[in-house]
Amino acid sequence: MAEITLIEAVRQAMDEELARDDRVFITGEDVGRRGGVFRATLGLFDKYGPTRVIDSPLAELSIVGIGIGAALYGLRPICEIQFADFIHPAFNQIVNEAAKMYYRSNGEWRVPLVIRAPYGGGISGGLYHSQSVEAFFTHIPGLKVVIPSNPYDAKGLLKSAVRDPNPVLFFEPKKGYRLLKGEVPAEEYLVPLGPAKVTRAGSDLSVFAYGMMHAYCLKAAETLAAEGVDVEVVDLRTLYPVDRATILASVTKTGKALVVYEDNLTMGYGAEIAAIIADAAFTSLDAPVRRLAAPDVPAVPFSHPYQEWFMPNPEKIAAAMRDLAAY
Amino acid sequence: MSTNVIMPQLGESVVEGTVSKWLKREGDSVNEFDPIMEVNTDKVDTEVPAPATGTLLKVYVAEGITVKAGTLLAVIGQPGEALPPAEAEGGNPLPPRNPAGAGRTGAGGQGPVHLPAPNAVLSAAPAARLAPSAQPGRDLGFISPVVARLAAEFQVDLQQVPGTGQGGRITKKDVQTYLAQRAPAAAASEADLPPWEKPGEGDLFRPTELQFAQGQPDQPAANAVLSANAVLSAHAVLSAHTPAAPQPDADFIPVEGMRKLIAEHMVRSAATAPHVTTVFEADLSAVLAHQSAHQAAYARDGVTLTLTAYFVAATVAALRAVPLVNSQWAEDKILLKRELNIGLAVSLDEGLIVPVLKRADEKSLLGLAREINDLARRARAGLLKPDEVQGGTFTITNHGVSGSLLATPIINQPQTGILGVGVMQKRVVVINDAIAIRPMVYLTLTFDHRVLDGAVGDRFMRALVATLTDWR
Repeated sequence: MAEITLIEAVRQAMDEELARDDRVFITGEDVGRRGGVFRATLGLFDKYGPTRVIDSPLAELSIVGIGIGAALYGLRPICEIQFADFIHPAFNQIVNEAAKMYYRSNGEWRVPLVIRAPYGGGISGGLYHSQSVEAFFTHIPGLKVVIPSNPYDAKGLLKSAVRDPNPVLFFEPKKGYRLLKGEVPAEEYLVPLGPAKVTRAGSDLSVFAYGMMHAYCLKAAETLAAEGVDVEVVDLRTLYPVDRATILASVTKTGKALVVYEDNLTMGYGAEIAAIIADAAFTSLDAPVRRLAAPDVPAVPFSHPYQEWFMPNPEKIAAAMRDLAAY
Repeated sequence: MSTNVIMPQLGESVVEGTVSKWLKREGDSVNEFDPIMEVNTDKVDTEVPAPATGTLLKVYVAEGITVKAGTLLAVIGQPGEALPPAEAEGGNPLPPRNPAGAGRTGAGGQGPVHLPAPNAVLSAAPAARLAPSAQPGRDLGFISPVVARLAAEFQVDLQQVPGTGQGGRITKKDVQTYLAQRAPAAAASEADLPPWEKPGEGDLFRPTELQFAQGQPDQPAANAVLSANAVLSAHAVLSAHTPAAPQPDADFIPVEGMRKLIAEHMVRSAATAPHVTTVFEADLSAVLAHQSAHQAAYARDGVTLTLTAYFVAATVAALRAVPLVNSQWAEDKILLKRELNIGLAVSLDEGLIVPVLKRADEKSLLGLAREINDLARRARAGLLKPDEVQGGTFTITNHGVSGSLLATPIINQPQTGILGVGVMQKRVVVINDAIAIRPMVYLTLTFDHRVLDGAVGDRFMRALVATLTDWR
C-alpha cells in the first residue's frame, strides 16, 4: 500500500468517481485549469475536460445553486467551496433548498450533491481562512456532515458521499492536507457514512474528536500512555447523523468523556456529544463530561502567538486528559 | 561557538524538504544571510540563508536527501573549532537541540542536587492519603452516577471502599477494585456453607472490627491507620464515628442530637473557611452612661436594656459601613447579603443555639433590646421556631458572660464573620498621657479570609469601636 497525503486521497476519490460515473462533475473557484488552490483537483481538468471540471464565478451562492439544480436533473455534482469561511453566501441554498427538497417534495425529488470545503485553523490563515463551520450544518436535518481525519477515511468517505442520494457536506481539515499521511490500498474501497471508529482502545477515559483534532488527540493519548493513563480515542467521522451507539459504548466502558473540537466552545459541535452522553449514559459517568475547544472569540487570530493561544493542540489536550483521568 | 543549520519549515503544512543543492562546501567561509543551499518542497523551491558568519564546518545531509523540518543539516563555526560533542560522536542528523546544551552543562556546573529524603516522602504520602479514606463513617464526598449505580447493583457499602480520586473521592475504578478483591473471598467462604452458617445482613450482624475497621490484620498501612486513629481520638468531634475501645478510667457520653450537629458544623466550618481573628478593644463609658440614663424608661416598656443591644446596634452600623463582612463565600462568587440578620449565640446546658434577629438594621435600640430579651428567653426555654434560627448573615457570641476576656470563635457557616465580645472590666488605660480607669471590653472579629482581608476586617472593627466609644 502506498502512503499518501490527505489531499491526495481527496484527489484520488474524485478521480475515481469521475471515471466511474459520467454524471459526476466538479465545479468551484479555480478547480479547473489551476487544479484548485490546494491542488485537490490537480490534473482532473486535463483528464476529464471542461465539461466535467468546471471553473465557476467567484460566487458561492451560484456554485451551490448550480449544484442543486444539476442534482435535481440527475447529475452528481461535487461543489468545491474554496474555504469553508466562504460558504455563508450559500447558506440559504444549502439549508432552504438542498436540505429540505426531499421532505418538501414528499420524497419525489432528491439532491445528490456533495459540497467540499477545507475548514479549520492553525495555518496562519487569519480571520477568513481558518473557520470551522460544521456546527451550523449539523443543526439541519436533511444534511449529512462528514469530516475525515486521515487519508484512508478521506478517500473512502468522499466516494461514499458522491454516491449518497442526498446532500453531503464534506469538510476537510486543511491543516492536515499535507500533514496527515497514511496508507491507502490500490484497490477500490468505500468507507460508509455514519459509523464512528474507535481508533485507539483504552480503559481510563474516552476522547471524542474529528478532523485535525483527532490526530492531536491520538498524539496526546500517546503522551498519556507514557504516564500510565489508558485513553480511548474515537474518531466521529460522520458528524451528522452521529453514531450514538459507538459513543455510548465507549463512555459506558470508561466512565469519563472529553470532547475536543477546534471551533468556538459555546454551541459548538461537541456540546451535542456532551448532551448525548449526559442524557443516555448518565449512570455510567464517573466524572463530568468535559469539552476542550477554542475560546469564544470572533475569529481565529492572525497573530501567531494569539493563534497558538486560540487553537487546541496536543499539549492542551494532554492536560485536559490528565485532569479528567485524575478526577 | 558554532551555529547549527537546520531545515526550515517553509510553510504551515510543509513538514519536510529536500536539500537540492549545497551552494557552499565544507571548509568554505560563509557570511550571515548569504544563500548556503537550495531546498525543494512540494510547494516551493527556495534558497536558505546562512544563520551565522564563519566557516561551514560540517555538512550532515547530502544533496537529494529529504528530511523533516527541524533536522540538523550542517554546522557553521570558526576554522578548527571542535564540533559539539553529540553531533561529533554520532555524526547522524539529529533533531534541533539547544545549541548551548543547557541541560547537561548546567547540571554539571551546579554539582549534585540534594533532595530532602525523597523516598521517605514518596512512601509516606500515599499511605497517609489512602488509609484514612477507607475509614467507616467518613464523609464520602461526591458520589458519581456510575459509583452510585455499581454500589446499588453489587450492594457495596461505600464506607468500606478506599477512595483514590480527587479529594479522596471514590472512583469507578475504586469500586471495581474493591469488587474484584471481595469476589474471590466471598465465593470461597460463603458458597459451601449451609445457610445457618452464613452471616446475617445489617450492622447488627457484622463483626465490630468490620464496622469500625480498627486493627484489620491485612490493612496495608497499619501504622498510618493507628496514627490516624490517634489523631481522631484526640478530637472528640472527629472521633464521634470511631469510638475508642472502652477504657477503665473513662466513660462514654453518647454523641447525638444537638451535640452531634454542633460537632459536624464546627468541623465543616473549620475545614472550609480559613479563619483569621483580629482583636480590638472598646471603651464602654459612653454606652454605660446611655444605659443608666435610659434603663428606667425602657423598664417601663417591659424591656431590659442589656449591653447586648448596644453591641448589636454597633454591629449593624459597622456592617453598613463595610458591607463585605455581611456576605457569603460561594466558590466562584461572593454573595453580598442585603438583609442584616444578626445571630446571637445563646449558651444552653446541652450546647448552644443561635437565634436570629431578622432585619436588625430596621430596628431601634428599644426594638432590638425587646427582641433580644424575647429570643434569649425562648431559646433557654426551648421555644424557638425553626425559622428563628435560620437566615443569619452575621453572628455575635457574647462569651464575656462566662468571664472570658478574649476568644476566637468558629464562624457560623455559611456566614463570613463572627464577633466575639469579651467580659467588660474596669482597666487602666492611658488617655492623653494620663492614666485613667475605664470600662473596657475586648472585641474580636473572626472572619473567612477567602472573602476579605485583614484591612477590611479592621475597618469593620474600627467602625464598630467608634460607634460604641462615641455612643450618644
